[in-house]
Amino acid sequence: MTAVEEVPLSPAGNPIGFGNMKRVEDQRFVRGQGNYVDDVSLPGMVHGAILRSPFAHARINGIDTSRAEQLPGVLAVITGKVLEGIPRPDLLGDNFAWMPTLSYDTQAVLATDKVRFQGQEVAFVIATDRYIAKDALELIDVDYEPLEPVMDAKRAMEPGAPIIRDDKGQQDNSITDVHGHKDWESGNAIGTAEAIAAAQADPDCVVVTQEVMYPRVHPAPMETCGSVAFLDKVTGQLTLYTTSQAPHAHRTVYAMVAGLPEHKIRVISPDIGGGFGNKVGIYPGYVLSIVGSIVTGKPVKWMEDRNENLTSTSFARDYHMTGTIAATKEGKILAVDVDVLADHGAFNGVAQPTNYPAGFFHIFSGSYDYPNAHCKVTPVYTNKAPGGVAYACSFRITEAVYLIERLVDCLAAELGMDPAELRLKNLLRPEQFPYTSPTGWVYDSGQYENTMRLALEMADYDQLRREQAEKRARGEYMGIGLSFFTEGVGAGPRKDMDILGLGMADGIELRVHPTGKAVLRLSVQSQGQAHETTYAQIVAHELGIPPEDIEVVHGDTDQTPFGLGTYGSRSTPVSGAAAAVVSRKVKDKARQIAAAALECSPDDLEWQLGQWHVKGDPERAKTIQEIALLSHGSLELPDGVEGHLEATTVYNPPNLTYPYGCYVCVVDVDPGTGQVKVRRFIAVDDCGTRINPMVVEGQVHGGIADGIGMALMELIAFDEDGNCLGGSFMDYLLPTSMECPDYELGETVTPSPHHPIGAKGVGESATVGSPPAVVNAVIDAISPFGVRHADMPLTPANVWRAIQGRPVRVDMAVE
Amino acid sequence: MQTPAPTDYVRATSVSHAISLLEEHGEESRILAGGHSLLPMMKLRIARPEMLIDINELDELRGIRVDGDELVLGAMVTHREVLESPVLFEHYAIFRECEKVIADPLVRNRGTVGGSMCQADPSEDLSAVGSALRGSVVIQGASGTRTVPLREFHEGPYETQVEPAEIMTEVRFPIRPGAGSAYEKVERRVGDWPVCSAGVYVVVSDGLVTDCGIGLTAVSAEHFCAPAAEAFLIGKAPTEDNLRSAAQLAADAADPSSDQRGPADYKKHLANELTYRALVRAAAASQGA
Repeated sequence: MTAVEEVPLSPAGNPIGFGNMKRVEDQRFVRGQGNYVDDVSLPGMVHGAILRSPFAHARINGIDTSRAEQLPGVLAVITGKVLEGIPRPDLLGDNFAWMPTLSYDTQAVLATDKVRFQGQEVAFVIATDRYIAKDALELIDVDYEPLEPVMDAKRAMEPGAPIIRDDKGQQDNSITDVHGHKDWESGNAIGTAEAIAAAQADPDCVVVTQEVMYPRVHPAPMETCGSVAFLDKVTGQLTLYTTSQAPHAHRTVYAMVAGLPEHKIRVISPDIGGGFGNKVGIYPGYVLSIVGSIVTGKPVKWMEDRNENLTSTSFARDYHMTGTIAATKEGKILAVDVDVLADHGAFNGVAQPTNYPAGFFHIFSGSYDYPNAHCKVTPVYTNKAPGGVAYACSFRITEAVYLIERLVDCLAAELGMDPAELRLKNLLRPEQFPYTSPTGWVYDSGQYENTMRLALEMADYDQLRREQAEKRARGEYMGIGLSFFTEGVGAGPRKDMDILGLGMADGIELRVHPTGKAVLRLSVQSQGQAHETTYAQIVAHELGIPPEDIEVVHGDTDQTPFGLGTYGSRSTPVSGAAAAVVSRKVKDKARQIAAAALECSPDDLEWQLGQWHVKGDPERAKTIQEIALLSHGSLELPDGVEGHLEATTVYNPPNLTYPYGCYVCVVDVDPGTGQVKVRRFIAVDDCGTRINPMVVEGQVHGGIADGIGMALMELIAFDEDGNCLGGSFMDYLLPTSMECPDYELGETVTPSPHHPIGAKGVGESATVGSPPAVVNAVIDAISPFGVRHADMPLTPANVWRAIQGRPVRVDMAVE
Repeated sequence: MQTPAPTDYVRATSVSHAISLLEEHGEESRILAGGHSLLPMMKLRIARPEMLIDINELDELRGIRVDGDELVLGAMVTHREVLESPVLFEHYAIFRECEKVIADPLVRNRGTVGGSMCQADPSEDLSAVGSALRGSVVIQGASGTRTVPLREFHEGPYETQVEPAEIMTEVRFPIRPGAGSAYEKVERRVGDWPVCSAGVYVVVSDGLVTDCGIGLTAVSAEHFCAPAAEAFLIGKAPTEDNLRSAAQLAADAADPSSDQRGPADYKKHLANELTYRALVRAAAASQGA
């Protein structure tokens, strides 16, 4: 459990500030009274369904919709041809058949020329109910001419490989970013190459190269994606209820995509049943529900089924990485060089800041002190679903951490050194912060060794190693895996970071009513992160207003100020900071008003949680509630002080925050079957100040479950014909409580020096940090069989094959 | 939300009523038992029966009982009832061991023995148990009932001897005093179908195996059993060497194909390893260990 600083309790028993507090949103969720997009029902609403391609790559020679149109209850059938006939005035295309992606690529709303992945949108049926809409899909005849699908990123790069994006006049399958680059590099190429060459020539050094695949996985939120669109032809107002992690950014993109004036667009994200990055991008289905409403004049609901979600929406990872690590024989790391082939699918739809085409992957130098690092990332098109940044990946820090933590373990194996000892030798030291990494990140704060030693102590690491040795002598295979991760979260500083030109600063608005109750309006959108609870706690911490007296409003662009949304663990670092800053603005104004009421100078007042009082005379005080009433009353205010008690701000973060942690995983492997049992999982996280430790722990629990899933079972694989092999929860395996042990959590607290309350983002820490811990544990367990690496997911079959020395290509169909 | 194709529904009031409904509605009608295979297939539109004949109210198909020297399970007995049945456990631990690893409590609460057997999924756990124990099924049609040994029941994946206008009413298992039994399964995740499972019973008398049955699922063993391995063990002592040899023979009966649950060589290995592990435990149980 987490130690909590003593804070006063409110009449309702909640901490007036930071501390454990039950999530207020759970009141409705546990009663089944959440309001999700699929719960939205508007008068006259009709239903849309999408016909999807059964082929990964095929030319469309014709689409006959006549039989579908004749089915009773069908209102309209829309094809790409229909969309081509609707002009659209914008920068990125001239009709509705194509739309921009978040990476300045184009994506088909409905296929016109070719289909480019299995599950791609081909036609949209609108009918009076969703059963009829689905029935009608079966009556649409599409004349497909199958083409050779490109399912392997390596094949995509070969000369003579079929060209996927012939629509763009491409001569190959490479992806060019907005700056005109095909490969994206970071770090010191020459210095790194020289350091590695020198190490190779030096008998006192070692160099280890390892290919590591982070296969394609899917965020698989419990709620699939969907929307309800209504374009009111009288007012010209578009109201869109949608599963969005970023309602404001979506509004702006719809203004661009649909050519609608932005002030006439209202995007509402009601309760969202999990996002994990799956609900950052804009999907053809959302656009089609808007088009459907334009065509029919009625509200149109479109809601994916599970198969559609798993096969067509934003996947994650699909990184083929080759890492080379050089070190002295004493275990001092000298350099790391990385080459990545990045499979982006058929459209470059990754959601990430414009200037970071490989996301934040170049934080791969990790938590260690060495001068030379370099990476080259080559993105390619394949005939797979688009996406690429999702599943709590912190903009590809997941891939980076997995790579470096696997490389460090490979190095430890090569050196015959304990992986804990090797990490302790190389961890950044407290006096090095703020630390500029070899690829240019500026880590804000860290006491890495303390955190690692706490994790080792909680695990009783030395005892675990003794137990392992005893078991090995008996022919039992137990493994201990470590990971130490550093993330950079909270995108981000406006000068560096934007998405489609939208800077990543967040607005916020705080209004205190006359009776002292407050409303906080956020731009970020919770998908389960407990914003309604923790943001109230931030205001409570700053102003002393009980959290139950603070209403947190979010998810409606008409009711909240602009901001970029919730993903990449950015809410607390950006909007959380904004909440503190806006509260301080209110507090400053309250001081002026209190001074007027107490007939003293503002300088004579001092703040004590919830009130301003005269220095040295606590009896002469005005509480924030009293000040709220005074601000709305008849008290004469000083010059320059307006009535009412409210403020707005836009927070532009000066830097990212850098949460970190050390995880220890203990597994038992049955070499006869390849089965892995995760016996223990110890997680020590340092995310700076903890606003609500229970919420932090919940995030960590979820992230570890994600990591166990990815490490052991989750996979979106494809066969050679282009069929997606992970299209249902029978095939795409998510872990259950049976696969997850009781988590043992610990914490250290090293506040961020630049964040107003010292908090760092933690939403993705465990998803980033846990997969390498699990994989390192499994490899450690089976290392006596000579195994140094095996790719995720470490299913029983894959573990057994690794033991046999016959590893399989995990991302392709098993042969 | 998954949306099945249009279908119709009728509730049967007796087995004979259900049979007459099957005759009336023909091949596009389907019996609805627990629905835990049929309904998901309908939602995915893999199955699209025009008429569902619901037999959930037929009490005559429920209940577990001993009939002479046989255990009798009504076709509508649920997985949960099998899991929790003291009488089944008393005679064969394999029932409880197998049911514990079938799907999850939600499925076990409604999924039925008859439904599972008639669905005849090539990875069905109960098919390995039924074949190992040399059970039989009672099938009823308009012209009466017939009994079919489970080792003749399956005609291929998802295909059984049950004709379109017939219903399975019972599954029967011989009681074997002194038998030990065990079930071993490897799954990718709890609740998943098996990558491979082995279910066995062994009767050891005076230090020698006098009777045994070996069932395998998910590895394309013909009729879910391994007769050569069984024959090998009869009359032999259950030594490690003998059990290893039998397990190897069992694996020889397996002809698995590669899929996302695992490559064929792995499945073949599992058929061997799991058979061995099950034999060791069953033999020990028979000897009172």
